[in-house]
Amino acid sequence: MAEIRVEHLRKAFGEFVAVQDSSFTVEDGEFLALLGPSGCGKTTTLRMIAGLELPTGGAIRLGGEDVTYKRASERDIAFVFQLFALYPHMNVRKNIGFPLLAQGVPKAEIKARVEETARLLQIDHILDRPVSGLAGGDRQRVALGRAIVRRPMCFLMDEPLGTLDAEFREVMVRELRELHNRIHATTVYVTHDQIEAMAMADKIAVMNHGVIEQFGTPQEIYDRPASMYVADFIGSPPMNFIRFTAGLQKGARAARIGAAEVEMPELRRDVAPGALALGVRPEHVRFSESSPLRGAIYGSEYLGTNQIVTVEIEGGLVRARLPAEHSYRIGEPVGLTFKSQRLSLFDAGSGRVIPSVLHEGALRQEARHG
Amino acid sequence: MSPAKTTTVNTAHSVVEPSARSKRIAGTLVIVYALVTMLPLAWIFLTSIKSPPDSISYPPKILFTPSIEGYCNLFTTRTRQTPEYIASLPAPDGVCDAVTRQRNMVIAGPSNFLPRFTNSLIIAFGSTFLAVGLGTLAAYGFSRFKVPMADDLLFFILSTRMMPPIAVAIPIYLMYRQLGLSDTALGMMLLYTAVNVSLAVWLLKGFIDEIPREYEEAAMIDGYSRLQAFRKVVLPQATTGIAATAIFCLIFAWNEYAFASLLTSGSAQTAPPFIPTIIGEGGQDWPAVAAGTTIFLVPILVFTILLRKQLLRGITFGAVRK
Repeated sequence: MAEIRVEHLRKAFGEFVAVQDSSFTVEDGEFLALLGPSGCGKTTTLRMIAGLELPTGGAIRLGGEDVTYKRASERDIAFVFQLFALYPHMNVRKNIGFPLLAQGVPKAEIKARVEETARLLQIDHILDRPVSGLAGGDRQRVALGRAIVRRPMCFLMDEPLGTLDAEFREVMVRELRELHNRIHATTVYVTHDQIEAMAMADKIAVMNHGVIEQFGTPQEIYDRPASMYVADFIGSPPMNFIRFTAGLQKGARAARIGAAEVEMPELRRDVAPGALALGVRPEHVRFSESSPLRGAIYGSEYLGTNQIVTVEIEGGLVRARLPAEHSYRIGEPVGLTFKSQRLSLFDAGSGRVIPSVLHEGALRQEARHG
Repeated sequence: MSPAKTTTVNTAHSVVEPSARSKRIAGTLVIVYALVTMLPLAWIFLTSIKSPPDSISYPPKILFTPSIEGYCNLFTTRTRQTPEYIASLPAPDGVCDAVTRQRNMVIAGPSNFLPRFTNSLIIAFGSTFLAVGLGTLAAYGFSRFKVPMADDLLFFILSTRMMPPIAVAIPIYLMYRQLGLSDTALGMMLLYTAVNVSLAVWLLKGFIDEIPREYEEAAMIDGYSRLQAFRKVVLPQATTGIAATAIFCLIFAWNEYAFASLLTSGSAQTAPPFIPTIIGEGGQDWPAVAAGTTIFLVPILVFTILLRKQLLRGITFGAVRK
């Protein structure tokens, strides 16, 4: 096992820049999720780490060794493809043993290691079956088996759960994480599904248009989004943005939105007058009759344990996650309060977060990963 | 063809399921078409087992006593002798000897049919092997790599097939004479390979395009070189396409007449230009011609039956996605 360092990685396909100036480090034994919408460059980044694409610029180090321009076969990595790419003309046993065959491992040892891997993944009963008749979950396990049997430096996975149905995906998410806890393999996992990323990863890199918007733990990314893009991408429903115009001083602890004075974490720098957006997670919104921030009920979605109530206020719509007991009438006037120490303030023009007390931990984190 | 799906809903206007009536019509059409196409083949086979007088009798005989004479005449050359001489010979050695003597003739030696047939086998299978081998490699290249001007090259390859053979026959004849390739099996094999490679590249590119790249990528990550990945992962999956392509190439090379009759005359002559020459030997020997044709059909028939599943998929490839 080894750490993966990606330095100023860049990939252009002709005019189109798929990945620009990406740098991050996956520490030994860490599980990194590359998260983003389709076309954001996450798969291209993964394929460059694998050696299936050559970068236009930058460097990739696996366990300290520069492998930027090495062939895939010389990198000692394992890759799990979205459609698994199980060799259809081989049975399960041969599929799992195929990488060992390339390394010239003796037959008896291949047999032993394939069987050990199959036991680990609980697929030892299907070893001699053809892969064509396997169910989705078993195909997934065989693909994982082929990856772990060779004990590579790291695992790369390209949306491996993308083709499974939702119910089964949850099972596989748990299995994958348990597997990771057992073998502690450095893993880079590409997904567009925030729930998968949040549930499995130690670190998440949120990508957009070829740029890593934020790199951090799932908690950091959820609680302290570095940009409006990240705040909007993570969370369901996503973070509310209350748009207003103001100029603020370093040390400010409140902003005037309409008639109301809204408290927020102490700012760490001056903000020139301009368009701002206050970011509020739906679970940090409460209703209070005495609040000067007024709005009217716009609609509600009942979710069983709680409900999402949408309120129309001056700066736009605000969604609140509230207990399910009380039901609201559309048009009913309400007052809003926020959990003030959990709010983020964004520069609405650039979309970047304005540093406050809330971000001190996260900023240190970001600086470390450069 | 495909087994009809039985559905519980059976409305008269079902869009998915053809009605019983249209199935009957389709079945009748197929049977009629099969009869029309099979009739000449059946006639050839029947003629091959007729005696020469039966074969030219008018009206044609449907019921006749089968005779092996056509096959005997195909494989032998015969000389006419006086009945006295034939009577003086020892007892006939085998069936053919006996049949020949009834016509006041004796077997003088083997005919050229067997060597010509062997030429056909060597040239057709050899050129098919070469064309499919080269075609697979070229198709893989076109399918997987960024080949500069790939579209133009592919069109150029295809365009070699647009020319009628007769248009290039004379230049090829002259070139082959210079190179010492005229009337050689090697020359014919190269020529058929050149013609078939274009077909092979186009057909196989379609098949290889359908094999996802992930398989090779997986193999390369598993520690194999591209060539190994090609051999161990792509080739086994392309067998259907390779088999279908091989049949098409073989059929062309096996049946080819124009080049064969122009460029071969002696030692490298193939069966197609040879069979018509049988007519001339000792009158119009239709049973012998039919026998030659029947035997000529056998290898391609066997090959096609062996690979019929692949052939069917080969014909419909692109239209039906698996």
